[in-house]
Amino acid sequence: MLIAVILALAVGTYAFRLSGVVLRDRLALPDDVHRLLPMAAAALLAALAVTAALTEAGAFAGFARPAGVLVGAVLAWRRAPFVAVVVAAAGTAALLRLLGVP
Amino acid sequence: MRTAERTATPEPAPPTRALLRDIGAIAIAIVAVGASFGAVALAAGLPVPAIVALSTLLYAGGAQFVAVGLIAAGSPVAAVFAGLLLNARHLPFGLALGDALGRRWWRRLLGSHLLTDEVTAFALAQPGRAGRRRAFWLAGTILFVAWNVGTLLGVLLASRVGDPNRLGLDAAFPAGLLALLLPSLREPETRRVALAGAAVALLVTPFLPAGLPVLLALTGLAVLLLPRRTRERPC
Repeated sequence: MLIAVILALAVGTYAFRLSGVVLRDRLALPDDVHRLLPMAAAALLAALAVTAALTEAGAFAGFARPAGVLVGAVLAWRRAPFVAVVVAAAGTAALLRLLGVP
Repeated sequence: MRTAERTATPEPAPPTRALLRDIGAIAIAIVAVGASFGAVALAAGLPVPAIVALSTLLYAGGAQFVAVGLIAAGSPVAAVFAGLLLNARHLPFGLALGDALGRRWWRRLLGSHLLTDEVTAFALAQPGRAGRRRAFWLAGTILFVAWNVGTLLGVLLASRVGDPNRLGLDAAFPAGLLALLLPSLREPETRRVALAGAAVALLVTPFLPAGLPVLLALTGLAVLLLPRRTRERPC
């Protein structure tokens, strides 16, 4: 049973991944639609980032995580190096939790 | 090298060393989260081969955690549905990446398996086609190895793996995604679409199963249909 679950998940996920890549060429998409695809990806990634920053299992994630992400986002906006963004975000969240902030 | 960073338009592709450094920062975080996955899955009672199979064959962090939780709760069918719902976003990612994987069929077959949120963000953040391809394969390979090394470490050191949230890693991933997205968000249309999509996803997150809110972010594309009267009206 466990093997069947893992295989179903693996095959289904791979099908999602591969079909997007293959469909891009097979579908004769008009130029307008081609222009929309990176925007669609940006919307999905932004939604992932925002929901992951603010929520956990459908509810508010607490203050430490969004505060860390905010610090990272401000640094990124100020064109700080990527590594600094990631380290500052994690460091802020970790420090706040050390101080007892949820 | 440094002087070219700010002045040139269009932005030049960063040198491989800089790209590797950026990917490395995320890879370290992924090793830690992978370790926590290995430890959590072991604690949930999964046999080691199943844990390794999840990380190598499924290779999707969020879905793996959800699947382990639901398998442990005795709901295997729900585990499949929840995991696949979470991963449906990979289809539009594949559409957007297009030939960033390369044209040869084996590159597409192999590259598709390496496709994740972070890899998509790294690749799409590159200006040219060659840059996107290089970023896709570098990030794809490194992050796959990182996740699986992390999983093994978690299984081996189970009792000693701490909660990755104590290190603030749950804040590192959204921040990294935002940093990679920022250059494209400087373009006004993309920014409006992304903001609208993120807002929709956030609003429906309390009410819908995980995975669906992010997919609904695609409705953000609808803002392109709106007339832009408010902008043009003189204040």
